[in-house]
Amino acid sequence: MPTRMLGEPVKRREDPRLLTGHGRYVDDIDLPGMLHAAVLRSPYAHARIERIDASAARALEGVVAVFTYDDLGPARERMPLLIPNPALTHPYTRYALARDEVNHVGEGVALVVAESRYVAEDALEAIRVEYQELPPVVDIERAVEPGASLVHEELGTNVAAHYVGVVGDPERAFAQAAHVFRERLVIERSAAMPIETRGIVAAWDPYREVLRVWDSTQGPIVIRNALAALFGLAPHQVEVIAPDVGGGFGCKIMFYPEEVLIPYAALVLGRPVKWTEDRIEHFIGTNHERLQIHDAEIAVDTEGRILGVRDIFLHDAGAYTPYGIIVPQITACQLPGPYKVPNYHVEFRAVYSNTVPVSPYRGAGRPHACFVMERLMDRVADELGLDRAEVRRRNFIQPDEFPYDVGLIFQDGAPTRYDSGDYPAMLARVLKMIDYERFVREEQPRLRAEGRYVGLGLACYVEGTGIGPYEGAHVRIEPTGQVYVATGMPQQGQAHKTILAQVAAEELQVPIERIMVIEGDTAHFGFGSGTYASRSAVVAGSAVALAARRVREQVLELAARELEVDPADLVVEDGRIFVRGAPERGLSYWEAAQLANPLRYAYGTEASELLSKPRPWNGPALPPGRQPALEATEYYSPPHATWASGALACILEVDLGTGMIRFHRLCVVHDCGRVINPMVVEGQIHGGIAQGIGGAFYERIVYDENGQPVNASFMDFLIPTAVEIPHIEIAHLETPSPLNPLGVKGVGEAGAIPVPALVASALDDALRPLGVRVTRMPLGPCELLELIARSTE
Amino acid sequence: MSAEVGAGSAQRRAIRVTVNGVVYERVVEPRLLLSDFLRHELGLTGTHVGCEHGVCGACTVLVNGEPARSCLMLAVQADRLAIETVESLAPDEERLHPLQQAFWDRHGLQCGFCTPGLLMLLKSFLAENPSPSEEEVREAISGNLCRCTGYQNIVAAALEAARLLREPVAG
Amino acid sequence: MKPPRFEYHVPELLDEALGLLAELGADAKPLAGGQSLVPMLNMRLARPGHLIDLNRIAELDYLAERDGGLAVGAMTRQRAVERSTLVREGCPLLAQAIRYVGHLPIRTRGTVGGSVAHADPAAELPGVLAALDGRITLRSRSGSRVLGPDAFFLGALATAAAPDELVTEIWVPTVPERTGQVWLEVARRHGDYALVGLGASVTLDGDGTISEARLALIGVGPVPVRARRAEERLRGERPATSLFREAGRLVSAEIQPETDVHATSEYRRRVAAVLTERALAEATRQITRETVE
Repeated sequence: MPTRMLGEPVKRREDPRLLTGHGRYVDDIDLPGMLHAAVLRSPYAHARIERIDASAARALEGVVAVFTYDDLGPARERMPLLIPNPALTHPYTRYALARDEVNHVGEGVALVVAESRYVAEDALEAIRVEYQELPPVVDIERAVEPGASLVHEELGTNVAAHYVGVVGDPERAFAQAAHVFRERLVIERSAAMPIETRGIVAAWDPYREVLRVWDSTQGPIVIRNALAALFGLAPHQVEVIAPDVGGGFGCKIMFYPEEVLIPYAALVLGRPVKWTEDRIEHFIGTNHERLQIHDAEIAVDTEGRILGVRDIFLHDAGAYTPYGIIVPQITACQLPGPYKVPNYHVEFRAVYSNTVPVSPYRGAGRPHACFVMERLMDRVADELGLDRAEVRRRNFIQPDEFPYDVGLIFQDGAPTRYDSGDYPAMLARVLKMIDYERFVREEQPRLRAEGRYVGLGLACYVEGTGIGPYEGAHVRIEPTGQVYVATGMPQQGQAHKTILAQVAAEELQVPIERIMVIEGDTAHFGFGSGTYASRSAVVAGSAVALAARRVREQVLELAARELEVDPADLVVEDGRIFVRGAPERGLSYWEAAQLANPLRYAYGTEASELLSKPRPWNGPALPPGRQPALEATEYYSPPHATWASGALACILEVDLGTGMIRFHRLCVVHDCGRVINPMVVEGQIHGGIAQGIGGAFYERIVYDENGQPVNASFMDFLIPTAVEIPHIEIAHLETPSPLNPLGVKGVGEAGAIPVPALVASALDDALRPLGVRVTRMPLGPCELLELIARSTE
Repeated sequence: MSAEVGAGSAQRRAIRVTVNGVVYERVVEPRLLLSDFLRHELGLTGTHVGCEHGVCGACTVLVNGEPARSCLMLAVQADRLAIETVESLAPDEERLHPLQQAFWDRHGLQCGFCTPGLLMLLKSFLAENPSPSEEEVREAISGNLCRCTGYQNIVAAALEAARLLREPVAG
Repeated sequence: MKPPRFEYHVPELLDEALGLLAELGADAKPLAGGQSLVPMLNMRLARPGHLIDLNRIAELDYLAERDGGLAVGAMTRQRAVERSTLVREGCPLLAQAIRYVGHLPIRTRGTVGGSVAHADPAAELPGVLAALDGRITLRSRSGSRVLGPDAFFLGALATAAAPDELVTEIWVPTVPERTGQVWLEVARRHGDYALVGLGASVTLDGDGTISEARLALIGVGPVPVRARRAEERLRGERPATSLFREAGRLVSAEIQPETDVHATSEYRRRVAAVLTERALAEATRQITRETVE
């Protein structure tokens, strides 16, 4: 019987090590002679640097070096624009250390390297910098007004990109519509905030002539390629390892200045250098996301069917655009959601501000898209007196309408084309889970009569997952009987070592304990882009499947030769290949690996037994076309994104006295295609929802009018705790993806996408007697009471 | 004994700290944080640092059996005290503590960074509250931030561990 | 975020500590539980030349009945107060309020004296002292004095303690008969500093009228605020929902809260009124075991 591995809640292989305190995160690494770095960061949002005097710092005991821009040698180039785009007409990236100007509080101005971080921080205080303050640009609406002061003078504008996407004939649709409704919707700035901050250890190995870099990154291959190019080293001379990484959520897929500075310092000083970002630095030195201001309109007929959607928004890019305009592009493409929007006009301007640069944070523009579309749908329902679920049903793309082309180009350069899903079924299921009818007909009226404000919220979303360009995997049967799987897809908690092992185990029919997954080390696998955009299971999973299948073919071929049977007569089970009906005639994978390799020397007693029989001469030991290893490297490049989806419902209660909110229930129906490990999938959904709740009620990054961050610490930036997150009920729906060998879709960002929309829907419903409409996230108790007060005026 | 070694601003002190049952004698700067002492001086990197302002709880260790944030203590304050870190939880190389087992069974960790702090906190909490309700567990762990799990499986693991710990030990 | 350099002293006797403070003056900071001070050191917002660690001074760690109340030594851990039967039975307001102080691990190290001496405007213990007219003992090498909360709490993070003085003890009265005490708080997350916190103590006399009412609020000003006008309105009246609502309005009018990144002053006023109503109702219910009409 073949062993099923896909769909099994296999316990994680990663865990025993992590549970016993033997994780190896970057700050755990200690190398002989290692030095410690600290970065002097600008206290101003916008200023010219007149002078830097580091002499006092250099003279401090224990300080080994202080670098400013002029000391950076080959690293004086501007940092690269990682993702260009035709609409990004005015990109701007920074230098690894500020040259003449700083453009956000936290921008790096000098690098200190010392015997300890304590001394390095003492040295930071001894560096004298003369700044000439410039007017800061903070409000992005003001930033696009004529005559506004500029973040980057030489660009002549604060608009980095202006994108327009049109599908159909929105002008006509709006002109002819029975109803047009408008909303202004805002999602405020926030940040990923993993519990592990960033960190880098770099060391030049003079014996192997290799620069070795441990980096808490989601994209070690990208870093490796960039550093090799920058320092004029061959790619094999730079090894970048993402060890255990304590969460990423998007903010660690980047090429940050420190990722240039620390390796550079290690090369120049000839000693290992470590930099561990502290939390205060993280607030001002690691990318943010989320601020968008939308002016959205929806045109519907008398039945609430969508005729057109128009959305014009501003996206806050922060001070630089290293990651291009991926986030607002995703918003633009994903806005139609699971609905048929025959006529669509979307337009955005990405705007510079003197704040920390913006790059993806879990959801990466999809939460905004979902918020806008779902608020519009609720508005239609409200205005036309229709049931909210019914309005959605009337507009869903139907299961027999796939593939469905939205009409725009997605972030991967491919058409936004939904491949599969069953939106009516997912909505029906969640309505059933939350007992929708009973709540609306009986429970809510009863609670309202008691003077309580309890509401039910709905939200549906789609998610383009598993994008390219590609990922690869190398699978090899070791003579020890283990299976070596290497891929370039590092993990930050997503259980790659387990799910990829499950894929390999199922393909090869080998016990999962034998499978070793190595990921995130460029010395083991050097082609790929990294972990982001909910793509690991799809892209790396498929690559592993393809490579494992090739290896399986090789094993069958070898076994057929050895056993002198036809490959079709062989069965693979539990790590053995044997003749159907005659199980004693077979080979283990281990034996096959030994037999494939005609080494003169045999290791171990069993091996010598196996190879001790003299073999009759049959030509060269390794005939042309054959390899000494049972191994294969395969790449999977998806044709385009594969679309996951979900429907959520929640019931919550508002305390009108204090504005505090309490969840009664939160239900999720989720479709990520074929599920590799349900336990891992549910964990991803729980985590995403918690971040979604953070974004709905608690998390915002606040800048004052001078570009000074106001709440840059964990005391004032509020990550929800276990008391704020409710119990989450999950049901799975599986519409397999037709696009990849496994039929899987991504799930990493799922929970984070719909929650602000869901919460807004529930709040509107709870406060319906007061005529409240939520158009802004996050919403603390104070803002909620203000909104109620304004609505009841 | 709290002798000062070296005069003036380079004042260092000799301390004697018991960590996981082992006595360590070291000479340290007074400003060295206990979290850094454990991680870098003693090489016990299981305890993690997430914020250094006492909010995230990743650095939680047991001080004389009670949970405390090691980023908010100076190493010199640990003189003559007994500290327990996550490395001491498992009874030996072969077995796991019921808390570790339960976290593993219930997928109570993803990136693992906040986990050691939670394990130590829960060890102490469950010793004092062997039959907690879900609400009590959530309140007890509300001082530990997790960004990956949404807490649900952590709570399930804690309740499972409580159940395992209540079982009579096999003979 | 590593602390700047400082000289470290760890006396084992109170007299030693006071002697050090007298010598070193304002350049010395006492270190109690460290839960407020060490973050400030880590962020380099506090840069004392000397740190005087009080954690070995055993004589400051005690909890005893005295003078019709509870005397708590400054170095008593908040967790000990939380666990104490004496506190639970003798001063329910303190027993309730202490559970809102941060989180469990904070209370393991945090001390009663440290919290009071730090005087954060949103800290619970100063609120309890204000509500109950507690007493704070200060000692220096030259002597000792006892202050009430009005005289002790001067401003946000500012107290009447001189640089050479240490808070050595707080005292709270034992809860009288026929008294209900309630601590309520609204915070963004569980364990956060209160946006508004309220301690209420209500005593009913034999015929069911309010003989004593005490309301103290935190988070609504630089120091804890006693809502004296509301208290006066309540005294001599029979408990009633409408009365409590009026008391809430008076509290709201009496306070001058600030606006900050977490809440506006209007919000704080409004929540103060709501908490007043709820606390008074709950306190009364504790005594009569009936819901107030």
